[in-house]
Amino acid sequence: MKKKILSMVLAVALVATLFAGCGGTATTGAAADAGAQSASTGLFPAVPKDQIKVGVIHITDPAEGSGYTYTHDLGIQGMQKNLGLADNQIIRKNNTNDGDPTAIENAILECIEEGCQIIFATSYGYMDTCEKIANEYPDVIISHGTGYKSNGKNFNNYFGRIYQARYLSGIAAGLKTESNKIGYVSAFGKTLSETGGGIDAFAMGVESVNPDATVYVKVTNSWFDPEGEAQAAQALISDGCDVIAQHCDTPNPQLAAEEAGVYGVGYNSDMSKDAPKAVLCSVMWDWSAYYTWAVEQVINGTWTGENYYGGMTEGLVKLSDLADFNDPEAAAKIEEAKKKMLDGSFNVFDGVIETNEGTTVGTEGGTLDDATIQGGIDWYYRNVVEK
Amino acid sequence: MNFWVNFIVAAVVAGTPLLFGTLGEIMNERVGHLNLGVEGMMSLGAIAGFMVGYKTDNFALAMIAAFLSGAAGALVYAVVTVTFMANHTVAGLTLTIFGIGLTNVIGFHYLGMSESGTLKLPEQITQQMRSIHIEGLSDIPVIGDLLFQYNPFVYLGIVFAILLALFYNRTKAGLNVIAIGENPAAADAAGVHVTAWKYVNIVIGGGICGIGGAFTIMITNGGVWISDCVGGLGWIAVALVIFATWKPMNAIWGAFVFGAMRILKYYVNKEIIHIPDAFYDMLPFLVTAIILVVVSVRQVKDKAQPAACGTNYFREDR
Repeated sequence: MKKKILSMVLAVALVATLFAGCGGTATTGAAADAGAQSASTGLFPAVPKDQIKVGVIHITDPAEGSGYTYTHDLGIQGMQKNLGLADNQIIRKNNTNDGDPTAIENAILECIEEGCQIIFATSYGYMDTCEKIANEYPDVIISHGTGYKSNGKNFNNYFGRIYQARYLSGIAAGLKTESNKIGYVSAFGKTLSETGGGIDAFAMGVESVNPDATVYVKVTNSWFDPEGEAQAAQALISDGCDVIAQHCDTPNPQLAAEEAGVYGVGYNSDMSKDAPKAVLCSVMWDWSAYYTWAVEQVINGTWTGENYYGGMTEGLVKLSDLADFNDPEAAAKIEEAKKKMLDGSFNVFDGVIETNEGTTVGTEGGTLDDATIQGGIDWYYRNVVEK
Repeated sequence: MNFWVNFIVAAVVAGTPLLFGTLGEIMNERVGHLNLGVEGMMSLGAIAGFMVGYKTDNFALAMIAAFLSGAAGALVYAVVTVTFMANHTVAGLTLTIFGIGLTNVIGFHYLGMSESGTLKLPEQITQQMRSIHIEGLSDIPVIGDLLFQYNPFVYLGIVFAILLALFYNRTKAGLNVIAIGENPAAADAAGVHVTAWKYVNIVIGGGICGIGGAFTIMITNGGVWISDCVGGLGWIAVALVIFATWKPMNAIWGAFVFGAMRILKYYVNKEIIHIPDAFYDMLPFLVTAIILVVVSVRQVKDKAQPAACGTNYFREDR
């Protein structure tokens, strides 16, 4: 008897849950329809500030200090503060593996379900899933970071001119080195324009103040490989490098530099908090510049679906404060180059550039266009050696 | 010459966490327990060692904490598999998932409380855990570099391995333990307290794994907290047990050879030798597979897995 009652109760509960589920979907659908009909100035209607909901898909947990997700989340927090949004208006989906399309899809759909008008997907690997869902849900904006795909409407991509800050950090490294050997631990090499271009810009910065120095690159083949990043840095240091720059997610190259008593250039966030005795300066992202801009567009109803490629001018890319053990000339030289970048008289990849294979890239008086910088740098600058 | 010294030193350091994991797993398998929880026990050791070091700034206390927490994880495994006779594989995998999960939860909790988003070990412990310098000895060219300037973990691992080898090869109790792994019923009939020795070996083995975990956070990651800091080394240690043919002395050089394979891609000059990096990443597993094939083809009894490994011993079944 008891069993019967229990099973009946369970059955009722099950049916009730089913209805609840259907109800939820129905309302979202209706709201979306209403939205589509009243499109005005931009592609989407304005959303009152207290009603906007922002979704964020993170690849790890933001509590992870220093690294990639932490930096993106600082940007989200900055946006929230700039625009005065409440905590429950930001919906985070952490630890979304970017190699698992089902997980990505679930995370994005959960954000849509919870009523997000715009969703930021922060990792490169989310790109294809974002494109698919953006086409299925034309009323939700999906903004994908660090990729290259977009549909001009509700799916755009955002990235930035990190190479500008890398050039400036190269000046600090070039002035500091005594062995004229500078190490660079990179997730990937010239097979990827993002890393290859970063290495080249850094090497150009080095050469601008120290033509005798060489940049030695070691590739880990992973954005996040704590052990490999430390080992690559140690290999460079034992080879005689006395400044270690990096394009990867953990502070381990800087910690290896600190232990060995040499110097380094951090990446993502200010790594001087991890290795205060080693980090000359850090190449940093300030994603709040983009997140604030994008969410503002949605609130004002002026979203146009264009791609975003910001730099120093927009405040998206920064060089941290210089540590006091930098070369005394560093601050002035960096300031000088930065000024030229901001007034547009210098764009890093200017003129004819000589590669380490003896070929040349670019034209006299010209500068590489953004498409090439984002996807076409498959060469190393003349003072770079990949070991 | 200089290149080789650098390479060997880096290989030894890269191999040391593997040495701890391997010794711990050898102790488990020698009493017949295939413990796939090495990764989990190492993680537990990492968080406990790190947090105690972070709070107390005392290297010795951190080491004890790492040992005890690895041992605590192993104790759970021992209760489940020895006393309740659960499936070894499932219990071990559960321990791994539990260990990594708990470690990350604790890590995130403290990261969330820190203002800078970074947890870094204090100054004193950082000095103590890093490479030692013995006046005179460390300064000898080449030999000083190769022998007398490692971090304390390296020497501790070698001492553990030697003690364990002496125990198995030179003591009666060690022989009894080996007998348990080969045939627990026979050992029991000979008057060996099977359950007690299983507990002792599994728990101490877990503690040794825990110290290996502390290595990953203190040395590899330079004393700054990072999630998933063990990063799969526990699994390689399980493979390394096969490579070492269940012998602690082989584990020493086996771990250093594996360490060398893990760092090889950063030391090979890519301008001269072009091999895809994926090949280097695969090497340890390729070598393990080859060793496994060779050992099983030759069928040398004393180089095979303990016969009862992976099975439960049910006394009333005799």
